[in-house]
Amino acid sequence: MSLRWWLADSLEMMRRNLLHIRRTPELLLDVTVTPIMFVLLFRYVFGGAINVGDTTYVNYLMAGIFVQTIVFASIYTSVLLANDLVKGMIDRFRSLPMAQSAVITGRTFTDLLRGALAVAIMWGMGLLVGFRPQGGIGNWAAAIGLLLLFGFALSWVGVALGALVRTPEAINGIIFVAVFPLTFASSAFVQTDSMPSWLQVFAERQPITLVINAVRDLVLGGSGGPDAPAAIAWAAGLLIVFFPIGLFLYRRRTTQ
Amino acid sequence: MTNATNRPMIVAEGLEKHFGSTHALRGIDLSVPEGTILGLLGPNGAGKTTAVRILTTLTRPDGGRAEVAGIDVLKHPAEARRRIGVAGQTASLDELLTGRENLGMVGRLYHQPGNQVSKRANELLERFELSDAADRVTKTYSGGMRRRLDLAAALMATPPVLFLDEPTTGLDPRSRLSMWELIGQLASGGTTVLMTTQYLEEADRLADDIVVVDHGLVIAQGTATQLKQRLGGERLEITVAAGQSMERTASVLAALSEEPPRTDETARTVSVPVASHGGLLTRVIRQLDAAGIEVDDAGFRTPTLDDVFLNLTGHPAEDASADAEDAA
Repeated sequence: MSLRWWLADSLEMMRRNLLHIRRTPELLLDVTVTPIMFVLLFRYVFGGAINVGDTTYVNYLMAGIFVQTIVFASIYTSVLLANDLVKGMIDRFRSLPMAQSAVITGRTFTDLLRGALAVAIMWGMGLLVGFRPQGGIGNWAAAIGLLLLFGFALSWVGVALGALVRTPEAINGIIFVAVFPLTFASSAFVQTDSMPSWLQVFAERQPITLVINAVRDLVLGGSGGPDAPAAIAWAAGLLIVFFPIGLFLYRRRTTQ
Repeated sequence: MTNATNRPMIVAEGLEKHFGSTHALRGIDLSVPEGTILGLLGPNGAGKTTAVRILTTLTRPDGGRAEVAGIDVLKHPAEARRRIGVAGQTASLDELLTGRENLGMVGRLYHQPGNQVSKRANELLERFELSDAADRVTKTYSGGMRRRLDLAAALMATPPVLFLDEPTTGLDPRSRLSMWELIGQLASGGTTVLMTTQYLEEADRLADDIVVVDHGLVIAQGTATQLKQRLGGERLEITVAAGQSMERTASVLAALSEEPPRTDETARTVSVPVASHGGLLTRVIRQLDAAGIEVDDAGFRTPTLDDVFLNLTGHPAEDASADAEDAA
């Protein structure tokens, strides 16, 4: 199977996913309404009570919201893939002479676009409620690049997850138990030094915090800060590990 | 063209497949000559769908080999996929896409050039009477329309070999007739078709050859006529009026044959095999009249594939879904 066909088939699958979004715009709620809600709630409900040192709370908060939204949107790839797997459509694709992996590359590329849309909406919403990014285009582009790389890597974790579960519903439980605490036990909404020391040890070292810290430093005019190399390593590492695992599990699931 | 007609386009040899401890297929052989229709007949769970899934590269068998259009489907699945179209239970449509979008997607995934794809899609939409609904999402289609679109999708690349898995299950009688017509036309156009069905009438009407499977094994094979002949000749069948004794009717008919009469309580019929007509019907009616039995209907009938099935498997063909409504 030539690279050209793999690319053409992946684009065809993206086109299908985008048509789904056009026909059922609810599919975009998690990358539009949900982050707007989070920005507003944290900005206005907790903003006055949380002290984050030298910057305003909204400037501190935005990096946390960016990463949290990207994490949820990307892991949601698993639900969308699992939905496809329980319907008969995958059988149709498997009976066609297409690049079979295009079904999932099309999926993860579409979710990369969803992630980019989410970042754009959050950025705009942030500006409206007082977010003032510092530095220049270069810093911001680096922040967005890291966010999307991390999101793309988590989409492949989502592929692996989606190929493993029997029903799409099963994933919601996994996301709630595994991902939800991870996004909160981080530097997303509060500084980790306000946490009890046992939690602080974990919260400061887990990948979501590392990515948040790097993104935060970049949007506030820095060059990524001390956590940037680890953040990039996590994003790239997850992608390198889960890309083949996702492909393998998908293939195993669809070949009996 | 002369020697092409005998060339088998679908070949299966000793196909075996088990799922856990269930043996779905226990060694199935098939051979379908070019341009003919093979009816794969059997009840639910007989292994029909598994056989089709193996031949269409969706499932790998545990044993045996399969060939489509001269290509080994296990060794060269991608090559095989270029030459087949699949419709029915195992294939599907995207509910959120329109009819036209579904055909376009399938055509492009067969790697056909873009202008050819839209031309072919229009042609098929027209031919399958879907032009008016072409730009509606398929979620809104009736059961008959879905099956027609599904078949159209299978034909996008004009494949020489077509697999239809229960193409009319769940359709109303009118949609079924129009599907039959389409399938018949395809075969006369040279397409080789393997069709699974639970409907004996369907196999009788369309298939050049019939293979009966049950519990993962081929239990009979031949043309519809050959299979019927295995059951012997004609039977005289009497439909007894309500309230009349079936038993006494049977005792009158018992004199006509060495084989005991067969009684069907639900249909209220009693039948026996008969050798020759020669005024037989008049005599039997007189005897029944003399015995004071009222008769609603009487006549000779040749065995149907239903009889064949009952005879071969010991249980009637599945008909639970025969009355399923058009899912409009």
